[in-house]
Amino acid sequence: MTGGLGSIGIGPYLTVSAILLVLGVFGIFLNRKNVIIILMSIELILLSANLNFVAFSSALGDLSGQVFTLFVLTIAAAESAIGLAIVTVYFRNRGSIEVEDITMMKG
Amino acid sequence: MTQIVFYVFATVLVLSAGMVVSARNPVHSVLFLILAFFNAAGLFLIAGAEFLAMILVIVYVGAVAVLFLFVVMMLDVRFTRMREGLQRYAPFGAAVGGVLFAELALAFGHWRIAANIADVPHLVPAPGRTNTAALGDVLYTHYVFLFEACGVVLLVAMIGAIVLTLRERPMGRRQNIDRQHERTAAESVEMMALPLGRGVAELGGFRRPDKSYYVASVPGSYGVTAEAVPQAAPAGDDRKGGLGQ
Amino acid sequence: METASYLFEIAVLGPLFASVVAGLFGRLIGDGLAQILTTGLMIVAALCGIGALGLALQSGATPVVVLLADWIRAGSFHAAWTLRLDTLSLSMVAMVTGVSALVHLYSTGYMGHETTPTYRFFSYLSLFTFAMLMLVTSNDLVQLFFGWEGVGLASYLLIGYWYDRPSAVNAAIKAFVVNRVADLFFMVGIALLFVEFGSVTYDNIFALVPAHGDDTYMLFGTHRVYEIICMLLFIGAMGKSAQLFLHTWLPDAMEGPTPVSALIHAATMVTAGVFLMARMSPLIEFAPATKAFILFIGATTCFFAATVGLVQPDIKRTIAYSTCSQLGYMFVAAGVGAYQASMFHLTTHAFFKALLFLGAGSVIHAVHDEQDMFRMGGLWKKIPLTYGAMWAGSLALAGIFPFAGYWSKDAILEAAWMAHSGLGFYAWTLGCVTAFLTALYSWRLLFLVFHGTPRDPHLYEGAHESPVSMTLPLVLLGIGAVLGGILLAPYYVGSGQAAFWNGAIVNAPGNTIVETLEQTPELIALMPTFAGVAGILVAYVCYIASPAIPATLAASLRPLYLFLLNKWYFDELYDLIFVRPYRALARLLWKGADEGVIEGIPQGLARMTVGTAGQAVRTQTGSIAVYAFTMLIGLVVLVTTMLIFH
Repeated sequence: MTGGLGSIGIGPYLTVSAILLVLGVFGIFLNRKNVIIILMSIELILLSANLNFVAFSSALGDLSGQVFTLFVLTIAAAESAIGLAIVTVYFRNRGSIEVEDITMMKG
Repeated sequence: MTQIVFYVFATVLVLSAGMVVSARNPVHSVLFLILAFFNAAGLFLIAGAEFLAMILVIVYVGAVAVLFLFVVMMLDVRFTRMREGLQRYAPFGAAVGGVLFAELALAFGHWRIAANIADVPHLVPAPGRTNTAALGDVLYTHYVFLFEACGVVLLVAMIGAIVLTLRERPMGRRQNIDRQHERTAAESVEMMALPLGRGVAELGGFRRPDKSYYVASVPGSYGVTAEAVPQAAPAGDDRKGGLGQ
Repeated sequence: METASYLFEIAVLGPLFASVVAGLFGRLIGDGLAQILTTGLMIVAALCGIGALGLALQSGATPVVVLLADWIRAGSFHAAWTLRLDTLSLSMVAMVTGVSALVHLYSTGYMGHETTPTYRFFSYLSLFTFAMLMLVTSNDLVQLFFGWEGVGLASYLLIGYWYDRPSAVNAAIKAFVVNRVADLFFMVGIALLFVEFGSVTYDNIFALVPAHGDDTYMLFGTHRVYEIICMLLFIGAMGKSAQLFLHTWLPDAMEGPTPVSALIHAATMVTAGVFLMARMSPLIEFAPATKAFILFIGATTCFFAATVGLVQPDIKRTIAYSTCSQLGYMFVAAGVGAYQASMFHLTTHAFFKALLFLGAGSVIHAVHDEQDMFRMGGLWKKIPLTYGAMWAGSLALAGIFPFAGYWSKDAILEAAWMAHSGLGFYAWTLGCVTAFLTALYSWRLLFLVFHGTPRDPHLYEGAHESPVSMTLPLVLLGIGAVLGGILLAPYYVGSGQAAFWNGAIVNAPGNTIVETLEQTPELIALMPTFAGVAGILVAYVCYIASPAIPATLAASLRPLYLFLLNKWYFDELYDLIFVRPYRALARLLWKGADEGVIEGIPQGLARMTVGTAGQAVRTQTGSIAVYAFTMLIGLVVLVTTMLIFH
C-alpha cells in the first residue's frame, strides 16, 4: 500500500497535508488587514491538495494524481494572477487593501 | 534516511506555513511562502514526482511567489497598522480550523483503500521511463483536452489581468489606423524639383503639406487638439496620388 | 299560407333590423332618422303581423314551421331558429307588434323633450319587441328561453334608461335579479323536459305527453314528473308575469319612461308568463296539482295587487298594480284550464292597459313630470282627449258592458265558477271582490286626476294637450278598448273558439270548461258587472261627493292603510329575509374571503418575500471577509454533515 513512498508510508503525507490545510484556513480567519495574505493562504490550501494528490499518486503507482497536480498548479497560478491584479486595481482606486475596508462587494 | 529527510522537509514546511499566516510583515510572509514551496518540492521529490517538484520551484517560486513579492512591495501599505486587530477573529478561526482538523483526523482514522482498487484502470508509467517522460506520455494522450483547456485558462487569466490593470491615460499619441491606411503620398509628402548640386536646406528646408502632421492622430490623445486634426477625409481622386506621380 | 309566412318573417325580423341599425349607427344616421326607421319598421311589422293573422285565419290556420337557421345540434339535442305559425303565435305577434308600433309612435312625441339623443331608447324598444316576438314564435323551448332572456335584458336596459337616476338603476337591477331567480327554475324545468322527453321541440314533447303520465321522481317523497316540470315552468312564469312573491319588480319598473311601462305591461314581458302557460297547455293539463297552485296564486295576486293599488298616490304605480291584478285573473283562467279565456284577457288587457299607461304618460307629460295624483285635479278641461281615452280605458278595465274588459273578465270569472271546486270558488270570490276594487281604484284615479278642483294651480295652468303623435295612439287604442272585446269574444272564447285556436291550445279530454261557459247562471255572470258599477259609485261618493271620507277611513284604519300603502310590506320582508343576509354574506365574502384570503395570500406572500429579502440583504454585507468566512464555515458544515450521515 505504501507503493512508491518507500518506508515513509502515506500517513505522514496526509498529516502534513491536513496541517497545511488547517493552517491555510486559519490564516484566512487570522488575517484582517491584508488581502494578499488571504491569497497566500489559498496558495497553502492548494498546496496541501497537491501534496495529497502526489502522495496518493505515488502510493497507488498511478500518474493521474500528478497530472491533476499539474492542472491545480495551472489554476492556482491563474488565480493568483487575477487575484493580484484585482488587489492592485483596488488599491489604486481605494488606497487600501485592508480586508475590513472591502465592503462594497455586490455579489 | 529517507524518513529523516522527509521529516525535516515536513517540519520546515509546516513551520514556514505557520509563519506565512502569522508574520507581521507581508514581505516576510511571502518569503516564508517561498520557503514552504521549496520544502513542498522536497516532499514531492521524496514521493518520486521529480517533474512536479521542479515545476513547483520554477513556476511557484520563480513566478507566482515573485509576483506576490512584487505586488506586496509595490503597494505602499503601512505595515505598522497592518497587523492591528490581528487577534480579533483568531479564536473563531482556531475553532473552525480545529473542527476541520478534527474531522480530517477522524477521516484519517477510518480511511482505507478500497479492496477493488485494482479493478480501476490505472495509468501506470511504462517501465524504464523517467517521471517526466511518463507524465508527458499521459498528459499529451489521455489528458490532452484538459491540457488544452489549461492553456485557455492561462490565456484568459493573462488577458484578464491586463484588462483589469490597464489604465487609459492620455499618454502618447494614438493613431487612427483607418485614416493612416487611407493616407496617400500626395497628402503627406511634397515632391519638389531640385536642381542638381543643391540641397534641400539651401532651398529653405523641407516643408510638409499643411496639417499633414496630425492627419492620422486620434483627437484628444496626448498633445493633439481637436482643431489640429483635419476633419474631412481626402476626396476619392486624391487617393490615387502616390509616389509614382 | 306562403304569403302569411313571408309577412310573418317581416314582422319578426323587421324590429331586429331596426334595432341593430338604430343602436349601432344611431349616432351616424342621426336621431330623427333612427326614430323614423324604428317606428316605420314597427308599423310595417304591425301591418304584416295583422295581415298574417288575417290570411292565416282565412286559410284555416294549420300550424306551419318556418326554419330560419340551425342553432344547436349536439347529439340528440337540437335547437333551431324557427318561426312557428299557429293561432297562438299569430295572435300574439299581431298584438305585440300592434301595441309596440303605437308605443313607438307615442314615444316619438313623449321623448321629444329629452336633451340627450334618443336613438338608444328606440333601439331598445325595438329590441324588446324583437325578443318578445322570438319568444312567442318559438318552436322549441330553447328559442323561447332566448326570447325570455332577451325580454329580461331589454327590460333591464329600458327601466334603467335614465341611468343617471339611482332609483332607475336600482329598479332595473331589481327587475333583472327577480327575473333571474325565476329564470333559474325555468331553466331547470327546460332541462328536466329534455331529460324526460329527449327533445325541446313542442310537437315532439306534446306527442309524448300522454305516454309518460305515470313517470315519477323521488325527492322527499314521490312526485309525478309533470307536476315538478309544470311547477318549475310556472315559477318561471311567476317571475316574468309578476305573480305574488315575485311581483316586487313590477311596480318599481315604473322608473323607466312611461312608454316602456306601457310596453312592459301591455304587450311584452309580463304577458310572457301567461303565454307560456297557454303554449304549454298540453302538458299543464296533465298536472292537476300545479293547476290548483296556479289558480291559488293567480287569485291571491289578483286580490292583493288590487288592495295595494287602492291607496297608492302615484298614478303610474296605481296602474302598475292593476296590471299585476289583471295578470292574476289570467292565471286564474289558466289554473282552471280555460287558457282561451286567459289569452283573451291578455289581448283585451293589452289594449286597455296600453291605453291607460299611454294616457297616464300623456297626463304626466301635460303636467311636466308630476306623478302624484294628489297634486293634480280638474284636468279634464285642459286635456280632453286624454280624459276621454282614460275613461275608455277605465271602463274596459273595470269590465263594464260592452267594453273590452267585460267580455274577457266575465269569461274568466265564469270559468272559475264553472270549475265547481273549492279553489274555483275561492278564485271566483276574490275575483268579484277584485272587480269591485278595480273599479274603485280606477275611478279614484279618474276623479283625482281629472275632476274636482285643481290642487296645484301652478300645475293646472301649465297643463297642455299632448301632440298628435301621442294622441293618435290613444285614439287607436281607445277604439280597441271599446270594441276589442265584443269583436274578438266569439273567436277567443265563444262558439268559434275551437276552429279559431285550431289545436294551438289544448284542453285535456274531459275539460269542457270553455264550452260550458255559456251555461253559467245568469246571476253569477252578472256579478262582475254589479261589482264594477258598485265600485264606480263608491269612488264617486268618496272622491267627488264627500272627499273627506277617504281621509277619515285612512285615519281610523291606520294600520290597515299603512299595510296597504307599504304593499303588504313585501319589500321590507324581502329586504329582511333575502337582501340583508345576502348583503351580509357578500360583505363577509368580500372582506373575509376576497380581501382576507384571496387577496391576503398573494399579498402576504409578497410581504413575506419583501421581509425575508430585507433580512437576507443584511447578510449581504459586501464585506469580503464575511464572504470568505461564510464559504469556509459552509465547507466545514458540509464536511461535518457528510461525516455524520456517512
